[in-house]
Amino acid sequence: MSVSRQELLIFTIARLLKDCRSVAVGASSPIPGAGALLARHWAAGETPSRRLFLTILGSSRLNSMTSGGVELFDMAAQGRIDAFFLGGGQIDGEANINLVGAGGAYPQTAVRWPGSFGSAYLYYLVPRVILFREEHTRRVMVPKVDFISAPGPRADGVYRPGGPIGLLTNLCWFSFDKQRRRFRLETVHPGHSLEEVQDNTGFAFDIAPGAVATPAPDAETLAVLRGPIARLIGEAYPRFVQQVFPDAA
Amino acid sequence: MSHDWLLGSADELAQRVPDGAKIAVPHDSLGAALETTRALIRRGARDLHLVCVPMSGLQADLLIGAGCVGTLETSAISFGEHGTPYRFHDALRRGAIRLLDATCPAIHAALEAGHKNIPFVPLRGLLGSDLVVHRPDWKAIDNPFAADDPILLLPAIRPDFAVFHAPYADRDGNVFIGRRRDLATMAQASTRGALISVERVRDDVDLLASEETAAGTLPAIYVEHAAIAQRGAWPCGLWDEYPIDEPHFRRYGELARTADGFARYLEEFVQVRRQAAE
Repeated sequence: MSVSRQELLIFTIARLLKDCRSVAVGASSPIPGAGALLARHWAAGETPSRRLFLTILGSSRLNSMTSGGVELFDMAAQGRIDAFFLGGGQIDGEANINLVGAGGAYPQTAVRWPGSFGSAYLYYLVPRVILFREEHTRRVMVPKVDFISAPGPRADGVYRPGGPIGLLTNLCWFSFDKQRRRFRLETVHPGHSLEEVQDNTGFAFDIAPGAVATPAPDAETLAVLRGPIARLIGEAYPRFVQQVFPDAA
Repeated sequence: MSHDWLLGSADELAQRVPDGAKIAVPHDSLGAALETTRALIRRGARDLHLVCVPMSGLQADLLIGAGCVGTLETSAISFGEHGTPYRFHDALRRGAIRLLDATCPAIHAALEAGHKNIPFVPLRGLLGSDLVVHRPDWKAIDNPFAADDPILLLPAIRPDFAVFHAPYADRDGNVFIGRRRDLATMAQASTRGALISVERVRDDVDLLASEETAAGTLPAIYVEHAAIAQRGAWPCGLWDEYPIDEPHFRRYGELARTADGFARYLEEFVQVRRQAAE
């Protein structure tokens, strides 16, 4: 059975969320949203059945919060959000992320992105931040970001129970070592190669001994993904479901 | 029925906002008052300080493109799946607005300080972000209660008005906001209160009479004025009432790409007062 790029990413994210009690997903993040729904499905299938609290920003039904937008940030500060997703127009080898803009002189950058959203807070506080950026090119994976929206972990004495566990892209999964402040290539997605990752990454990284292919979902998981999960995620991301899971749209 | 708090139209709401006012607005999907926004453009508002709680999209792009905004305080300007904020980008390039880039919880926390009327609030995170470099109004201190614990202080935000759209007001001017508690914080932090457009006024309802409705209600004491604007969030959606008008966002994206196209958009959809429902 053929597995799409999106399905592999969703499955990988769900594996990274195993054992989480509470997961939040930002706006415009259908793949992390679907991954979190698959993780919730797995948790519900455990014996005894386990709850996974999920909040997808912008969704009414997939939302465990009742106190407005501020509640996500307060819950993160309380230690009640186990995992969150952040991306960036630029990501560098020390896991600094830039959601503001590139080139030129701030604020008159040559390219402007939306802005930092909640990154400059959640990156410090959520223990399992998954950096997720589909585009894996040298314009995204840069030696040094032009603007630090949120800094990668560093020994600066700042209160930081959280931080990135790694970076997932269209090509591979890197873990992040907070002590060494470096990414380490763990798995390369089927159909891609180490050389391709190296050619498209602008920062230096370590390579895990025996780095393997990213595991793909089995037939049973694919059926869940293409059925109930696709229908659920459609409430928050109708366009995504039309494109990726047309049968469920 | 006549009420002192109820004005005749969104245009009358907009007339209460003087040039130079600081107004707090919610994200497009959380009750943005787009008809009041069009009315602000019609009245030629200038030099507004727009506080986006905690971000904005079409509402900010319209006000910026129409030259109404002097200062933009926000965590992001984004249309999500629905396009690109060309007018925001253009204004930045031209240096036409002062930008106060923030992060979502900083805006929430500063508003909560405003709502308590205390001068500042400490917030975790942020230290080491370039946001702090460009915000001289934010100051790092050492936690006075513990050793080796730097933390950032943010000055309170006290807008003049909170401006948003909600499903309905009751006969006493209490406004139903559901679980959107940020709208209450915005209204309470504002020195003057909230200017709220509503789909309807329900004379048959007293929102404070039962726990079920009172829990989702902004009490009238925080409501400076309200006005009926049917489909007043359009083309944005309003919670359970109506969805976002996607074709209109696409049309906006086609036109707002250029200054000329944006001017045509204003002529067609803003300057002429029209019923959004048509």
